[in-house]
Amino acid sequence: MGSGKKSFLTSGQKRKIRNNMTGYAFILPNLIGYTVFVFIPVVFSFVLSVMSWDGSQRPMQFVGLENFADIFGDRIFRGALLHTISYALMTVLPTLVLALLLAVLLNSKLRWVAIFRTAFYFPYIASIVAVGAVWNMLFQPDMGPINEILRFLGMENPPRWVVDKDWAMVSVSIVSIWKYMGYYMIVYLAALQGISNSLYEAASIDGAKGWQKLWYITVPMLTPTTFFVLIMLTIQCFKVFDLVYVMTGGGPGNATKTLVNYIYEKAFTSWEFGPASAAAIILFAIVLVITLIQFRGEKKWSKDL
Amino acid sequence: MRTKRKAVKIILYVLLTCLAVIMLVPFYWMVISSLKLNKDVFSIPMKWWPETLHPENYSVIWKKLPLVTFFLNTLKLTVCTTVIQLCTSCFAAYGFTKCRFKGRDTIFLMYVTTIAVPWQVYMVPQFILVSKMGLNDSHIGLILMQAFSAFGVFLIRQFYISIPDELCEAARIDGLNEFGIFRKIVFPLGKPAMATLTIFTFTNVWNDFMGPLIYLKTKELKTVQLGIRMFISQYGADYAWIMAASVCSLIPIVIVFLSCQRFFVEGVAASGIKG
Repeated sequence: MGSGKKSFLTSGQKRKIRNNMTGYAFILPNLIGYTVFVFIPVVFSFVLSVMSWDGSQRPMQFVGLENFADIFGDRIFRGALLHTISYALMTVLPTLVLALLLAVLLNSKLRWVAIFRTAFYFPYIASIVAVGAVWNMLFQPDMGPINEILRFLGMENPPRWVVDKDWAMVSVSIVSIWKYMGYYMIVYLAALQGISNSLYEAASIDGAKGWQKLWYITVPMLTPTTFFVLIMLTIQCFKVFDLVYVMTGGGPGNATKTLVNYIYEKAFTSWEFGPASAAAIILFAIVLVITLIQFRGEKKWSKDL
Repeated sequence: MRTKRKAVKIILYVLLTCLAVIMLVPFYWMVISSLKLNKDVFSIPMKWWPETLHPENYSVIWKKLPLVTFFLNTLKLTVCTTVIQLCTSCFAAYGFTKCRFKGRDTIFLMYVTTIAVPWQVYMVPQFILVSKMGLNDSHIGLILMQAFSAFGVFLIRQFYISIPDELCEAARIDGLNEFGIFRKIVFPLGKPAMATLTIFTFTNVWNDFMGPLIYLKTKELKTVQLGIRMFISQYGADYAWIMAASVCSLIPIVIVFLSCQRFFVEGVAASGIKG
C-alpha cells in the first residue's frame, strides 16, 4: 500500500519498520505510564517483601522470608486474615442471592421498572464516607433507629452493633450487602435479558408453572453469571478497606481489622514496609488462587456451550 | 386466570416498593437528620418528620468546612484522571487492535495479567516510588498513579476489535495515515465504549477514599471524601452537621448519575459480562 507515495527504498523491510514505529507510538503514552506506576511497583512489592526497610536513607536489608515469619507470628495479622475471611463468608452469599432475587423481580414486565432499578442501584454510587456516617448513626446502640425498631418489635437487648466486638463485623457486612447488591443485580439483569424467550415458551406449552420455570430454566441458565459474580464478590471482600475504616476504624479492639487495614497500618503508620509488603503478597496469593479458579470455571462453561 | 395474574402483579409491586423503601431509608434519614438540631437527631421516640426544619445547618457547615475547595480539588482530580485515562487508553487500544508490530501480543498479555493484581497489593511500593519522585502530597502524584489502567485499555480494545478492519483498510487506500484513521474513523466510532469508561473512572475517582487518604496530607489539597471524614472526626457529636455535610458530598454524584443513568447501567453490563 505504502500510502500512495513511491520512494526508491520501498521494500517490505522498510514498511515493517514503519509499521513497528506507528504501533509503538500509539501504545507508548499508556505503556510508559503503566510501566512506571504499575509494572514496576508490582515487581517492587515482591522485592520489598523479602527486605527490611523503613523508607529512610538507610539502605534496605535482605532478610529472606523473615517478614513472612514475622507476620504469621503476629496475632494481629492472623486475626486480620480471619476477620477478612469471616467478612467474606458473611457477605458473599447474601449479596448474591439478593441480587439475583431483585434481578428476577425486575425482569418481569412491569411499569416503573426503571425507577425501582435506580432505587436499588443508588447505594452503589453513593460514597462510602457518607454511607458509613449515616449507617453508624442508624446502628447507634442506645438511641439509633435500628435498635429502637428492634425494641419496638419486642427485642429487649438488641445487639450493640458497631461497638460490640461480636457484632461489629456483622454491621459492616450488612452495609456492604446493602451497598453492593444493586451492582450485581444489574449484572444479573443483563444476563437475564440474554436468555432466549423460546425456552420459556416451550416450558409453558409443557405446562410449567412460574416458579418451575424459574428453578429449571432461569437458575441453570444463569450459572456462568452466578459463578462470575461469586468470584468478583469474593475478591472484592478480600480487598475491603474503606467501609471498615470509616465505620469502625478496625475496632473495637482489633475485631474488624482486615487484611488491607493491616497492610495500611504497617506501611503508613508504623513505616514497616517489609511486613506490609509480605502481607500484600499474601493478599495477592489469595486473589491469584481465586482468579485461577475463575479461569478453570470459564473454560468449563465455554466447553459446555 | 386474569384475576390471578393481576394479583401476582399487585404482590410484585408491593414487594418491590417495600424493598425500594428499605434501600432508600438510610438516605431519607440522612436528609431529615441534616435538617434537625444536633440534639434532636437521636430523639426517643424517633421522629420521621420533624416539626421545625433547620436548613441553617447547611450554612453553618459551609462556614466551618472549605467545601468549595474540596469540591474543586475533587473535580480537578476526577477530570484530569479521566481525560488522561481516556486518551491514552484509546491510543493504546488502537495500537493493540489495528497496528501490527513486534511484541504486540506479549505486551498485551502483560497488561491482561496485571488486571488481576489488586491495587492494594502494590499501593505501598507505588507510594514509595511517587514519593521518591517528589510527588507525594500533590495532586499530580495522585492523578498519575491512577490515570493508567489496564482495565481502560482492555475495555476500549474489546470495542475496537468489533470495528471491521476493512474500514481502516479502505481509509488507508484513500491515503489517510494511521493517525488520520484513528482520529477520523476509529475514535468517533468508539464513543459508546468511551462513555462507559468515563462513567466508570469518574465515579471511582470521585468516591475514592484510600488513594487520597494515603497521598494527600495538606488540608487545602484534600478531596470531598477526605474533607467530610475530617469533619466527622472533628465534630463527632454534631450529628446534624455531619449529615448535612454528607448530603452535600452526595449531590454532585447524584446529579451525574440521574442524568447519565443509561451509561451507568450499560457500563456495568459491559464490564460485568466479559469479566
